[in-house]
Amino acid sequence: MNQMKIIPAADRQLRKNAGLGQTVRNSLTMAGRGLLKIRRTPEQLFDVTLQPIIFTLMFTYIFGGAISGDVKSYLPVIIPGILVQTVITTSIVTGVQLREDMDKGVFDRFKSLPIARIAPLAGALLADTVRYTIATVLTFSMGYVMGYRPDGGFAYVVLSGLLVIVCSWSISWIFAFFGVIARTASSVQGISMLALFPLTFLSNAFVPVNTLPDWLQWFAKINPVSHLITAVRRLTNDGAFGWDFTVTLIGAAVIVIIFAPLTVRAYMRRA
Amino acid sequence: MNQNKATTEIAKKKVDWAVEARGLVKQFGTYRAVDGIDLNVRAGTVYGVLGPNGAGKTTTIRMLTTLLRPDAGSARVFGHDVTKEPHIVRQLIGVTGQYASVDESLSATENLVIFSRLLGLGRAESRRKSAELLEAFGLTEAAKRPLKNFSGGMRRRLDLAASLIAQPPLIFLDEPTTGLDPRTRNQMWTTIRQLVDTGSTVLLTTQYLQEADELADRIAVIDRGRVVAEGTADDLKASIGQSSLQLRIQDPKDMECARRIVEQELRVTAVASPEGGQLTAPLADADKVADLLITLREADIHLAELSVQKPTLDEVFLAITGHSAQTETSEKTDAEDKGAGL
Repeated sequence: MNQMKIIPAADRQLRKNAGLGQTVRNSLTMAGRGLLKIRRTPEQLFDVTLQPIIFTLMFTYIFGGAISGDVKSYLPVIIPGILVQTVITTSIVTGVQLREDMDKGVFDRFKSLPIARIAPLAGALLADTVRYTIATVLTFSMGYVMGYRPDGGFAYVVLSGLLVIVCSWSISWIFAFFGVIARTASSVQGISMLALFPLTFLSNAFVPVNTLPDWLQWFAKINPVSHLITAVRRLTNDGAFGWDFTVTLIGAAVIVIIFAPLTVRAYMRRA
Repeated sequence: MNQNKATTEIAKKKVDWAVEARGLVKQFGTYRAVDGIDLNVRAGTVYGVLGPNGAGKTTTIRMLTTLLRPDAGSARVFGHDVTKEPHIVRQLIGVTGQYASVDESLSATENLVIFSRLLGLGRAESRRKSAELLEAFGLTEAAKRPLKNFSGGMRRRLDLAASLIAQPPLIFLDEPTTGLDPRTRNQMWTTIRQLVDTGSTVLLTTQYLQEADELADRIAVIDRGRVVAEGTADDLKASIGQSSLQLRIQDPKDMECARRIVEQELRVTAVASPEGGQLTAPLADADKVADLLITLREADIHLAELSVQKPTLDEVFLAITGHSAQTETSEKTDAEDKGAGL
């Protein structure tokens, strides 16, 4: 250690702020760290691996006969439903892990390093898109194994997958916000589940909306999750972009416009 | 860029001071954790901040390292204001917290590589630097193991290694040896001394008077968020006296006589303990103890126990603040052994 001489403070090239290039590099490094952590603790992928498999199997065989007459004709209905439910639920993890991370000593080090302030947050959000991708691919594969052959064709399936990933990423800003302002990780989990459970179930994910009582129909129809599911169904089953596709993207954009600044501001105050 | 040059110019003029803090205040609710602290740390020296739990050491460090915004007062690191130019300050400091600030689920190498990448090193360079630091801190063998299996000492060393990646001119060490066994503590001390040899400035906090004495050029004693004494280790010791001699007398009836003999021989004031049986006297010259013992024997006074006690943090506090270090500042006092932090 003796051979390295410290350069005195006055002789150093110092930058006043982190530039855009550095912000991007730092965020990518933080995202890389997120992926590395996933690799070290693969059990945290249970939700995105087991849930799509079990839910798809379970719901298809339970509801298939009752709702669509048989399993095969239920698949075009249920697969987009399960896909949206699973991937959106996965986005909760962003908030929970952010909170856990911020409570740890290592976060103090990140804060004391001359890096872009936003990098740990941006990195976390970025790394989680990998989780959404895993859940998306698994749900579609599971559907395929069970006999789902979407009429829209492969390209539209990929497109619908991207739509779901983009929307979940947008929604993860909401949970990231909870994560930043909440006191404990378990409270983030609790609040988020409480909000998401009714949203994903009181929708058109599993049953045709017209079988619901009037007041519930009203909710299921305005529920943004329903719009996303309809958009995915149109893409995969008809190979068409509908009004729901547009509405969903607008909704996702609105969420990001509102929650990104809120989250960043709350985060910067704490960071 | 011009602005940067300007700030560098200013830094050159003030290069003498690594840290200048004026009237730092931090309040948590109604509790003033830091209540107007001034610190001046000369570049290239080791500065010790000594105080008991809850004195405000960590809060002060957090403000100086841009982790916490002061409620009042100002602080400069190499001439750069910590609240106005935090990004510049962060380029000049390394922070090793009280609790290891490394990623538990990753390996030592992975941790160091991530920090190196964040500091702008390339992929290959990050690997090289990490390997070099692990080697220097004797962690090469454990490099690939997850940190969960690391001992406390290994974690501290890794933590310190992580703070040195950018070779910052100023390093903050928050209680670097708390909870370490004596051997690991000595290793840590050696490392800190080597750091200073490379030209670093070190600001460390500690609860141990001995540690501050061993390492620090200057020491600030803080208590309840205030600096209550400041100076070199010798200054401080002079203000609290040297070691003290403690004698336990077999027969309490001899107490008064023994006290007179001690005062005669050592030419100091001896204090009899309220419980009786024990005499305490400042010991400036250990050589005189032999004479004292002979005189006691001649007077037929028998001793049950004899010990020489070095000044403890508690005594520093008693001498400087007039109250004990632990009873009034920590709520956990009851559970803690009074001698534990000394």
